[in-house]
Amino acid sequence: MSQFTINLLFVGASFALYFGIAIWARAGSTKEFYVAGGGVHPVMNGMATAADWMSAASFISMAGLIAAGGYANSTFLMGWTGGYVLLAMLLAPYLRKFGKFTVPDFIGDRFYSRTARLVAVACLIAASVTYVIGQMTGAGVAFSRFLEVDKDTGLIIAAVVVFFYAVLGGMKGITYTQVAQYCVLIVAYTIPAVFISLQLTDTFIPAVGLFSEHTQSGMPLLQKLDEVVRELGFRDYTADVDNKLNMVLFTLSLMIGTAGLPHVIIRFFTVPKVADARWSAGWALVFIALLYLTAPAVASMARLNLMTTIYPDGPTENSIAYDERPDWIQTWEQTGLIQYEDKNGDGRIQFYNDTPAFAEEATARGWAGNELNVNRDILVLANPEIANLPSWVIGLIAAGGLAAALSTAAGLLLAISSAISHDLIKGSINPDITEKGELLAARVSMFFAIIIATYLGMNPPGFAAQVVALAFGIAAASIFPALMMGIFSKRINSKGAVLGMLAGLGSTLVYIFTYLGWFFIPETNTLANTPDNWLFGVSPLSFGAIGAVINFAVAFLVSSMTEDVPEEIQELVESVRYPKGAGGAVDH
Amino acid sequence: MSDHTQNQENYWKANVRLIFGCLIVWAIVSYGFGILLRPLLSGIEVGGTDLGFWFAQQGSIISFIGLVFFYAWRMNSLDKEFGLEE
Repeated sequence: MSQFTINLLFVGASFALYFGIAIWARAGSTKEFYVAGGGVHPVMNGMATAADWMSAASFISMAGLIAAGGYANSTFLMGWTGGYVLLAMLLAPYLRKFGKFTVPDFIGDRFYSRTARLVAVACLIAASVTYVIGQMTGAGVAFSRFLEVDKDTGLIIAAVVVFFYAVLGGMKGITYTQVAQYCVLIVAYTIPAVFISLQLTDTFIPAVGLFSEHTQSGMPLLQKLDEVVRELGFRDYTADVDNKLNMVLFTLSLMIGTAGLPHVIIRFFTVPKVADARWSAGWALVFIALLYLTAPAVASMARLNLMTTIYPDGPTENSIAYDERPDWIQTWEQTGLIQYEDKNGDGRIQFYNDTPAFAEEATARGWAGNELNVNRDILVLANPEIANLPSWVIGLIAAGGLAAALSTAAGLLLAISSAISHDLIKGSINPDITEKGELLAARVSMFFAIIIATYLGMNPPGFAAQVVALAFGIAAASIFPALMMGIFSKRINSKGAVLGMLAGLGSTLVYIFTYLGWFFIPETNTLANTPDNWLFGVSPLSFGAIGAVINFAVAFLVSSMTEDVPEEIQELVESVRYPKGAGGAVDH
Repeated sequence: MSDHTQNQENYWKANVRLIFGCLIVWAIVSYGFGILLRPLLSGIEVGGTDLGFWFAQQGSIISFIGLVFFYAWRMNSLDKEFGLEE
């Protein structure tokens, strides 16, 4: 059987499963559409949250980022998990107690202001739309690589699949599909990692293998890796970082952003009780950790594998001849994601860190520049081929990558469509809309959200790489502080909340645009995006945490100078703090 | 009525204290051991590298799981203690 047929079989079977679930879990009411009826088991919700959260970025890109950056990129590991601690203790249980359907619902009610609600809707849509573009392009790339269709066709297939189960099932359909997608993606991620761990070390648990002995050399794996990359002019894999302030702020921005992303928060509205919301956050983190503990192992092992493929006799000996390169390099060369240029004309592949510091040694060895470019996103996708695993594993990876992208896309689309149908249409434009009318409006907004996401996925606005930073920055600087203050302070009034959100959001956007281009239009940035230009060495990607602090400060200052919060709102704050009292989600 | 409110207030204070404690641990394992204090821990060797590296790549995540479950368990029993469970 050809690789194409195998891929088709795996992807087809997983899609058949998602369609089956969609038909079984149709949504009949707005409560089912927005919060899956509010009766999802906490472990089940944990699994769905894990799939909702782990996107194409986690599945495909993260290991590549860590492989390239080593210790310095541990920020992603800590940042994308540590946010759940904040979510579990500072937001999820109280928002569950509040018992309505969307994030702007809470902000609008707590700050007794339509403006606050609309600002929240704007932040939510901005964060979610930027995020969903990345998912759609990720799905498109996975389709084009594994099913040999062009990228746009791949995107349309992805859109049709998401459309089918998200529009039909709403949160109910999405929840159960996400559970299935989690199973597919975790199996797909783990199996190749286990094989690779067994090849390089004595243990079959990749997370343990990372800190074990490299069987071939008898050295600890990480020491071996440090040694190999050092010989080729790269920084040590485990080397410490100089700019610790930026590392701390970047991690903090990712954590706060994670806790403030609306599509993750609304997952906790689907469990029956406050106590379940607390447990569910723990389960979500367990299921996420299954991938996040494996990812750093995959990163270091794949980096070592890549190095030993190019330098089979060790980094100080001759590298491999281009004509003898393994099949997987040839396959990925066709996609343009691996590029080779024989600069010194010796017919061999020289792969090293082409910096002035290493120039002397490179010249001594007769090298005329680095000759191999490997796109770091292919690391996980190419892993089974690098490790010579059977072809069904490649089919599994294809299904897993698509599951990761589609599950996140569906969650985001639901957050967007419920903000439109529930907060904009029912909350502002037409409060008298019937239950049936609102359900229809939700489905129609979902339809348009998918169309827009697909269009933007096909024509990415030239900032695809930065969008994730933007989404986290917005969530960290606007949504998270507003929610947290709404629960933990009775003093913050509507003026404070609105101005706080706008100040946090505004400062973050200005800082990001200054370095990355105004509205991400290339060449329009005011300052070059280099560490020397950054304010106190803070990168634009790390600014979300500072934006959050600005939000808190402005909100407190303004609230202390203006009127007290009305009595009935103080009672609302009281009521979300105690689990006792009006239970289940309120039907509107 | 005032007893009832006092009870609620104590419950909320207990919750905030618990969160505060948990977040201190949360910060120490990630920002502390994983980033800022790494040079101090460089003497403690773990699998070919140092303890700080382990905390940055695995230890912090494992600690986070422990924290969230501990918080859930503790709060759910506080709910009952104060008679405020659902």
